[in-house]
Amino acid sequence: MNEQRPDPEALLRAAAREGRGRLKVFLGAAPGVGKTYEMLSEGAARREDGIDVVVGVVETHGREETAAKLRGFEVVARHQASYQGHILDEMDIDAILARRPALVLVDELAHTNAPGSRHDKRWQDVEELLDAGIDVYSTLNIQHLESLNDVVASFTKVRVRETLPDKVLEDAEIEVVDIPPDDLIERLRHGKVYVPDEATRALGNFFAKSNLSALRELALRYAAQAVDAQMLDYVRAHAMEGTWAASDRLVVAISEQAGSLELVRAAKRLADALRAPWTAVHIETPRSAHFNDAENMQLADALHLATQLGGHVASVPAESVLEGLKRFTTEARATQLIVGKSIRSRWFELLHGSIVDRLVRETPGLAVQVLPTSETAQGRTRRRKPRGEWGDLSGYLVSLGLTVAVTVAGTRLLSSGNITDLGLLYLLPVMVAATRYGLRTGIVTSLACSLGYNFFFIPPTHTFTIEDPRNLITVLVLLGVAIVSSQLAARVREHALQAQASAAQNSALAGFARQLTGISMIDDLAQVLCAEIGRLLDGNTVLLMPGEAPGEGGLSRRWSWPQAARLETLDMAAANWAFENDCPAGRGSDTLTSSEWLFHPLAARGAVMGVFGLARSDARAPVRPDQLPLLLSLLDQAGLALERIALEAQMADLSQARERDRLRHALLSSVSHDLRTPLTTIMGTLAAIDAAGPDQAAQIATARGEAERLYRFVTNLLDMARIEAGALHGKIEPVDLDEAVSEALHELRTLLADHAVSIDIAPDAPMVLVDPHLFHHCLTNLIENAAKYGDPDAPITITAARTTDGVDLAISDRGGGIPEGWEERIFETFARIEGSDRKGGTGLGLAIVKGFALAMGLDVTAVNCADGPGARFTIHFDPAHLKDWPEA
Amino acid sequence: MTPIVTILVVDDEPAIRRLFHVGLSRVGYNVVEAGTAREALNALQIDKPEVVLLDLGLPDRDGLELIPIMQGQTAIIVVSARDATSQKVAALDLGADDYISKPFDSEEVLARIRTALRHRLPTGVSDAPFRHGDVEIDLAARAVRKGGTEVHLTPKEYGFLSELARNPGRVITHSQLLKAVWGPGHEGDVEYLRVAARGIRRKLEDDPSQPKLLRNEPGIGYRLASLDWHG
Repeated sequence: MNEQRPDPEALLRAAAREGRGRLKVFLGAAPGVGKTYEMLSEGAARREDGIDVVVGVVETHGREETAAKLRGFEVVARHQASYQGHILDEMDIDAILARRPALVLVDELAHTNAPGSRHDKRWQDVEELLDAGIDVYSTLNIQHLESLNDVVASFTKVRVRETLPDKVLEDAEIEVVDIPPDDLIERLRHGKVYVPDEATRALGNFFAKSNLSALRELALRYAAQAVDAQMLDYVRAHAMEGTWAASDRLVVAISEQAGSLELVRAAKRLADALRAPWTAVHIETPRSAHFNDAENMQLADALHLATQLGGHVASVPAESVLEGLKRFTTEARATQLIVGKSIRSRWFELLHGSIVDRLVRETPGLAVQVLPTSETAQGRTRRRKPRGEWGDLSGYLVSLGLTVAVTVAGTRLLSSGNITDLGLLYLLPVMVAATRYGLRTGIVTSLACSLGYNFFFIPPTHTFTIEDPRNLITVLVLLGVAIVSSQLAARVREHALQAQASAAQNSALAGFARQLTGISMIDDLAQVLCAEIGRLLDGNTVLLMPGEAPGEGGLSRRWSWPQAARLETLDMAAANWAFENDCPAGRGSDTLTSSEWLFHPLAARGAVMGVFGLARSDARAPVRPDQLPLLLSLLDQAGLALERIALEAQMADLSQARERDRLRHALLSSVSHDLRTPLTTIMGTLAAIDAAGPDQAAQIATARGEAERLYRFVTNLLDMARIEAGALHGKIEPVDLDEAVSEALHELRTLLADHAVSIDIAPDAPMVLVDPHLFHHCLTNLIENAAKYGDPDAPITITAARTTDGVDLAISDRGGGIPEGWEERIFETFARIEGSDRKGGTGLGLAIVKGFALAMGLDVTAVNCADGPGARFTIHFDPAHLKDWPEA
Repeated sequence: MTPIVTILVVDDEPAIRRLFHVGLSRVGYNVVEAGTAREALNALQIDKPEVVLLDLGLPDRDGLELIPIMQGQTAIIVVSARDATSQKVAALDLGADDYISKPFDSEEVLARIRTALRHRLPTGVSDAPFRHGDVEIDLAARAVRKGGTEVHLTPKEYGFLSELARNPGRVITHSQLLKAVWGPGHEGDVEYLRVAARGIRRKLEDDPSQPKLLRNEPGIGYRLASLDWHG
């Protein structure tokens, strides 16, 4: 293996940074250290350097020094609007994007925007600015950093609400603004520190010297680590020689329990320290199917947090947690596994053995770290017993009925003298209860059966005493059967339920796919998509697509289900954002969460074709985390269908166009051929007639002239047909311009009989590389055109000379010239300048010149002569179309 | 009294055949018509025409295929559409003597027939000096004169000119010229011809920009003053 191979991920990160603005963060240990002041100072320095700096948002908190620094900056006015009773007073990101400075100063990176803003968090605004290629300076206190949240809370006892995902700082330059704790406390005393709300409550604690020292250490350590990581990225991307930590791979096992968030943050810290990649894994056991909404949310949050902190996430289905972890860690070649301390009962562990113990024993190459998770950290969700765990009442009734029936039957059998194996009869209700209604019903039934058997059949009958120990065994066997069979059955049932759930999802997908295959209209697709997803996910749906007219930029409703679903301005804003950024927006996403709708982009062929919106009438989150994969799969399928429809339409257009072309070509060439033969005959016959007198001679001459004109027209039509069919296969050879011009003049000698032509071809003009036949026609058409529209008394001028970039061959006349704006149009098919009809043009001559020239790779232009009246047509030969004369 | 010359007109259009028939009979030729390749080959055996006017678009066979069969037995003048350059070149390279384009000028047709007939006559005209205006090309003496003064031509220019002078009035294709003067392997080097033609015109034409002696057939070949020649 090549040790110096650049790490692809590092290269990718480097590539992603290209073209993006750079973020610099002034990191402080606590409020009051002077981050904003420092940021403004550096911004001012940049401004001095001539860089275009504006202030996006800066809080002075009434501090005089800061306010003084702020003077002299261009401050972008904040966006002020009222939304549902809230007054928005936030950074105006659109104004900044429109202003496009080189650098923008944005205070308090971890700030949470007012509801109704585009993004929930200011760092998301900053990301958008960075994406637009604008550099950003910002400030941050260390306690707002997501991965340090728990650590900070553990000693300050203040949990900060506003957190910032670590990944935001991953590529940022970090400058620590540091003052000794004593100085900070001094500043606090003098009222120079603005104390944020959350700190006020625990003021004494927060600003204790020990806390400040710890925070300061954290900040310094973080900055040092960040610098390290960036250096490492550089080294990896460029595969520089050097040593770095052997590749540790971290896996953190997370579950539906509240401690998972802490585990994820701990894993991130450890991974950073080890500079190791890390993965948060969730093992999906059959139990996962019974998670309630809160547990599902908890799990989704943990996975989401892991992604935000830059980890990978994985979900592994397995029979048990242990088995799943063992498999995953082996496959992922993990070196470290982080698990939370089990909150299972001691009893459970005694019975099943601790998972941790077995992990340590059974995975020798793996270091297992067990972290305590604080139950008080957040309101720990106690697992609510799913409804139905105690079973249906009907289950008990049926089982009890069976027990009674068996007892009655047993009494009958006993009375008829058959007393062997009566106990076996009781297996029936136990099995039925255990397999059909679950463990508890099974146990209750087995108890009832034991009691019944004991009471009615075990001597002494009609008492609950047991004399013969053999009969005790029967009771125990009944109990055992109940437990084992109910567990087996429960497992089978859970598997069946899981299979059912995935089968339901698959059948939903398959059904959807089936419905889509038959669709060939976008409107039908929209209808099916809205109705199906609305039905499957039980919500209101809408499909928005851009207007069909090119000028109509905004999204418009293609379909909705139900038809009357309402979209507010804010919802439309979320939809537009999702469309433009190819990212989900709205409730349940990261952006514009105050919208009631969740919008997902609908992509086909790599382009966003529209957005799909989903909302619930009861205003809950539109999509549960476990429904998201289904939604995404459905949208993927819709995207594929959309792509297919677009392709079909394109194919239809293409084949229609091709058919049209074929017909036109066939028509034109057959018409041309069928007209040319009789015309040849007519012209020949007219030529052969001996006129009986001068009158008849004139008549014959007229008829001949007209026939010739018709012939030219037909020939032109055929040429045009060949041009449009792309059927010109030129044979390029060197051509002497002198020779070509003289040959063209020779052919037109009758037409030019009383028209002077002045030729000036520079002696140093090289040969040109053209198809001689097509070029000959270009020349004759242009000269004919000049003869037709030029002043008959002034000469036609034909010149050829070298220019800076090749050779120009120009044919000028002294006619009326080209009307303004016609310089291009004059080459169009059947373009004829007003009033020029009587000159007998076909409107094709110049179009043919253009077509032939293009086929040879030449450029033809028309302008009015600069030195007098008349038009000038120029064929330009670039150096690739020239061939110098050999040295004599 | 020259013997009556027979001309075979091969064309699938009766109207065209009739047109030729009328025009050629009038000047004293015996005209035979054929509408298909088969009829044409029959007429070639029976009527032994001196000249064949051959349209290449025949219903039963490609006209080009007839050229090698007829070549040597008769002079072949191909009648073809103006824009069929490659077809004309192919026909000439296969051994056709000349071509005329539709729509044709009757004077031109007659001139081409006369030229073709001249080459058919076994009178050894090729030894006589070729004259056009004040230009004289003496193949026997390997000399070219203009206004009585000998003009010095480069060997290639002379080779080029003599090749054309051996068949005055007849078009010689680029590849025929290149092969004859520059040798096999140079059939594609058209610029040699342009250089030679330019040199010849500068030395022999009164006005090189309006050449009368050496005519260019775009994309096909060169010919030496065809219509004006009455040597």
